[in-house]
Amino acid sequence: MVSIKTAKRVLKPPIFLICLLPFVLVLTDAFELTGKLGANPIENIQDRFGNWGLRFILITLAITPLKILTRENWLIQFRRMFGLFAFFYVGMHFLVWLILEQSMVMSAIIEDIAIRPFITLGFLALLILLVLSLTSSNNIQRKLKKNWYLLHRLIYIASILAVWHYWWQVKKDITEPLIYAMILISLLLFRIWIRVK
Amino acid sequence: MLIKKPNNIHSSEITSEANYFNRRKFLQSGYLIGGGLLTQKLFGAELPKKPFDVLKDINPSKYSTKEQVNNILDVTSYNNYYEFGIDKDDPLRNSRNFESRPWTIEVTGEAERTGIFDIEDLIRPHQLEERIYRMRCVEAWSMIIPWIGIPLVNIIKQFKPLSSARYVKFETLLDRERMPGQKSRVLRWPYREGLTIAEATNPLPIMAVGIYGRALPNQNGAPIRLVVPWKYGFKGIKGIVKMSFIKKQPKTSWEMAAPNEYGFYANVNPKVAHPRWSQARERRIGSGLFAKKQPTQLFNGYGEHVAHLYEGLNLRRHF
Repeated sequence: MVSIKTAKRVLKPPIFLICLLPFVLVLTDAFELTGKLGANPIENIQDRFGNWGLRFILITLAITPLKILTRENWLIQFRRMFGLFAFFYVGMHFLVWLILEQSMVMSAIIEDIAIRPFITLGFLALLILLVLSLTSSNNIQRKLKKNWYLLHRLIYIASILAVWHYWWQVKKDITEPLIYAMILISLLLFRIWIRVK
Repeated sequence: MLIKKPNNIHSSEITSEANYFNRRKFLQSGYLIGGGLLTQKLFGAELPKKPFDVLKDINPSKYSTKEQVNNILDVTSYNNYYEFGIDKDDPLRNSRNFESRPWTIEVTGEAERTGIFDIEDLIRPHQLEERIYRMRCVEAWSMIIPWIGIPLVNIIKQFKPLSSARYVKFETLLDRERMPGQKSRVLRWPYREGLTIAEATNPLPIMAVGIYGRALPNQNGAPIRLVVPWKYGFKGIKGIVKMSFIKKQPKTSWEMAAPNEYGFYANVNPKVAHPRWSQARERRIGSGLFAKKQPTQLFNGYGEHVAHLYEGLNLRRHF
């Protein structure tokens, strides 16, 4: 059993660095130190950040079930950090789309958000994650009391929107979005099962 | 000073400029009349057996664009060829051991000359041409590719299609062992494509056997593929083993997979959006991280050659 102190002082710093690794690898690939970004570098970066955003959303949602199943309470110490990394990667995914893919052309950006449903979904998920990140500090949590838990249930909506966004974006082969969807469904079902029990 | 015109050369002896530049064709046509099959073998296009082997005797074409050609690495490492996997670097990775010889093309349907032909025999009577074309993918990216090939119309003429032939249907090789992507059910195999006879006999489409002066790499559709520059890239069926002259419009693979997203015509059109994304602009591969997307042109900019094919057709409905 890991004490909460050990978790905070010993485990957190290296795990923080590991979480940052996908971002560092994009940078080192861009300079061709670790790999290459390929023929379509914008698509490459955008897809990688998007994937990691999705993965961190699922990792964040996996913490509570894992804690309940293993009774390792220290795990909860990492939930906020993973959640913030989810926002970080989703935010990077959005910024790459905004600045590199769309070159900040406002008319195209507004059109895409307004009439391309998969982009609308992704944008809504981003907004939710933004609100959750801004309200994630201990201070705000204390101020909002019970409302904080209500507000942060929006992560369930954001996670569904994010997987849906990915599902609608792929051209034809849905294998990967299907894997994300199945993991998400089991994580959500676990919560329902705990409630009912 | 008086410059005297040399009058010992008769004007009728001077080769006209047009004939001078066409001298190969001129000679060839003479030989064809005189020698028949034998000379076809001596003067026809030769197809090397291995990807990247050098192709010889290539004519330039007036249909080529003067835009900056893409890097060969882009063209050979980033493309869709679901027979070798669905990611864009899969074709390069998974087609390495693909053997494209021996290779035959079966010609069936409404034509005088049908049967099974060796690819070498099909190519031999023709003159190779370089066609530098814009390639616009339905996924909103584009490249400039220097194809080597033969105008499709010339190949079709060989088979003498009957007047009842209204469409040409093409099929890719079906071989799950050699094309491992066919083990997935992402599309219905074999890959199928089609053109109307009017489209197929337009001067622009080519049967490509090479890129950058060399034989077609496996990942780009070796040994022979279709290139139709005013349509989205998925119309350019690769690894062709069958051509049929038929009366009714054929169902194409992408149409079967998602009829609301991919139509039979698939003409490049900035005004007709894909149901899930815009087609108004395109990302030119190789333009760099900070380049803006560029506007997509109707018929990919080939309207002067092909717009007449679609007069009176509702392009929004027949997308």
